[in-house]
Amino acid sequence: MNLLDAVRLVAARELKVKLRDKTFLFSTLFFLLLAAALTILPAVLSGGPSTVAVAQSSPYEGRLRDSGLKVKVAEDPERLVRDGDADAAVVDKGARPEVLAMKSAPDDVVRALSAAPEVRLLNPDAVDAFAMYLVPFLFALVFFFTSLTFGLQIAQSVTEEKQTRMAEILVAAVPVRALLIGKVAAGGILALAQVALIAVASVAGAQFTDDAGNLLPLLAPAMSWFVPFFVLGFIMLASLWAAVGALVNRVEDVNTASMPVQLAVMLPFFLVMFLNSNPVTMRVLSYVPLSAPTAMPVRLFSGDAAGWEPFVALALLALATAGALLVGARIYEGSLLRTNGRTSWATAWRDRELRGV
Amino acid sequence: MSDALQLKGVDRRFGDRQVLTDVTFDVGAGRMTGFVGANGAGKTTTMRIILGVLAADAGTVTWHGAPLTKDDRRRIGYMPEERGLYPKMSVREQLIYLGRLHGLSPERVRRNVTDLLDRLGLGARADDQLQQLSLGNQQRAQIAAALVHDPMLLVLDEPFSGLDPLAVDVVVAVLRERTAAGVPVLFSSHQLDVVERLCDELVIIGAGRIRATGTRTELRASFAQPRYELHVDGDAGWLRDQPGVTLLDLDGDRAVFDLAEGADDQLVLREALSRGPVRSFGPVVPSLAEIFREVTQ
Repeated sequence: MNLLDAVRLVAARELKVKLRDKTFLFSTLFFLLLAAALTILPAVLSGGPSTVAVAQSSPYEGRLRDSGLKVKVAEDPERLVRDGDADAAVVDKGARPEVLAMKSAPDDVVRALSAAPEVRLLNPDAVDAFAMYLVPFLFALVFFFTSLTFGLQIAQSVTEEKQTRMAEILVAAVPVRALLIGKVAAGGILALAQVALIAVASVAGAQFTDDAGNLLPLLAPAMSWFVPFFVLGFIMLASLWAAVGALVNRVEDVNTASMPVQLAVMLPFFLVMFLNSNPVTMRVLSYVPLSAPTAMPVRLFSGDAAGWEPFVALALLALATAGALLVGARIYEGSLLRTNGRTSWATAWRDRELRGV
Repeated sequence: MSDALQLKGVDRRFGDRQVLTDVTFDVGAGRMTGFVGANGAGKTTTMRIILGVLAADAGTVTWHGAPLTKDDRRRIGYMPEERGLYPKMSVREQLIYLGRLHGLSPERVRRNVTDLLDRLGLGARADDQLQQLSLGNQQRAQIAAALVHDPMLLVLDEPFSGLDPLAVDVVVAVLRERTAAGVPVLFSSHQLDVVERLCDELVIIGAGRIRATGTRTELRASFAQPRYELHVDGDAGWLRDQPGVTLLDLDGDRAVFDLAEGADDQLVLREALSRGPVRSFGPVVPSLAEIFREVTQ
């Protein structure tokens, strides 16, 4: 049996256990519903075009209909507004239209009656401000959330094996690397599948809104870059999570021991969240391996990054990931069989108690 | 050659603590070898070195004369001292997983698992989660985990602790089947009575050094002192004045004594017979516990 077979067996068990875990299934379902709801709800809540009431043979009827508004013709348009049957009414006031509404005039009605000035767009492809705020937030949130939850689960599954002494039987049968890689791979597959499901749900939900048609083509290149960055970034963090899991003896201790890794996940998240309007900071962040998975796709989305930049950042990230795998494997080997108290990073690194079989 | 597994001059230190010094012993094919030692004597470390999860600083571990390879080691059945299986997985599922990790085909694993669980009386609980089983049944599952891949060598750390006498018998019967097929078994135990009853050979370790090895009878013979017990009808106090006799214990008609080198035990017996009826007379054979205490002190 070679390493790959062992990795496959380990990963298959992790997947099987996880897919039977009710907490995991419910959280996935919850995120799916949330994503769908967040994209569909605005469209549902905005309720489509306003209903506007006009008097019989009103001179404005044609113009309002042309703007796509629902027009109701009534003897007393104002009554309809007061009764709540129409959002607004348009009456004639000395050859000029007057909009009647309860509290605020619907924008689409006002727009239909005003003369729009000529508009010439100098940069028609620029991303609108709302999307510019939303997209970095989404990228950062997805990466932050998955690497935190799945990372924690990987650490816990390592500690569980150590706590139950299953680890001893396992390392006698297969190389330690196979255990580490199998766990990281299973976690990565699940994380990616969950994110993909959520993405599909969001895109499907977005079909209900008018803006989707504009936003999706803009998002596509950033999204396709996000995938390799996400995968490498996830593996980098996951191997560190696995190392943390091997340092402690009880699942209860994973939280405290994993502080450094948690910081490595959280800091880049907040930096990208709060500094994404500062181009210099973002340029730096997009090359630092810990923040690159979110910062680089964001820069690609806003159009700030040159074509070669993601390749360089990805190469740096790949190097860091290889490093993290080596460090993770060494810490893992150095601490998996130490069952007296919590092992420090330094001890685990120095004394590879486990033979590198 | 009957010595299937051989350890020669194995040393190991952790930091500046020397844990094993020149550990040398054999485990014969088809033999049950008991590995006895106090806590911290180095049993688990030795076993981990045999398994290859721990490297020795010096010395060799060989299998039929050749160094143990990675593939050999995958064919060892191991039971760690502290029990370890997945609490939330069914017994059958985790045994299949372990069998597959040891390189068995899915079909063979399935067959082995069903056979083993029936043999160990766990057939009805095979699809229950491990955590739902009683402690004794979890122990049996643990034994099954060590046997699932038809190992060529069994290394069992305290396999009988926590087992009730009935379960001990079941497990012993299963292990005997393996030794009958030529598989060597090395097992450690604190329960010296169990070791005494079960093992063909003994290895006694103390403070990281091998103190004694051999079969039960060999050990007894080599540690037997010229000590005798005499039971007569009258008072045995006359022994005190018998040349070459050192009286150790006198309780009216019963006495335990050592004989000086060269002194003839038959002379003492004749003397006793001349004084009245003798109910019993014979050498005192040391128990394993006594040998253990003596060699590890």
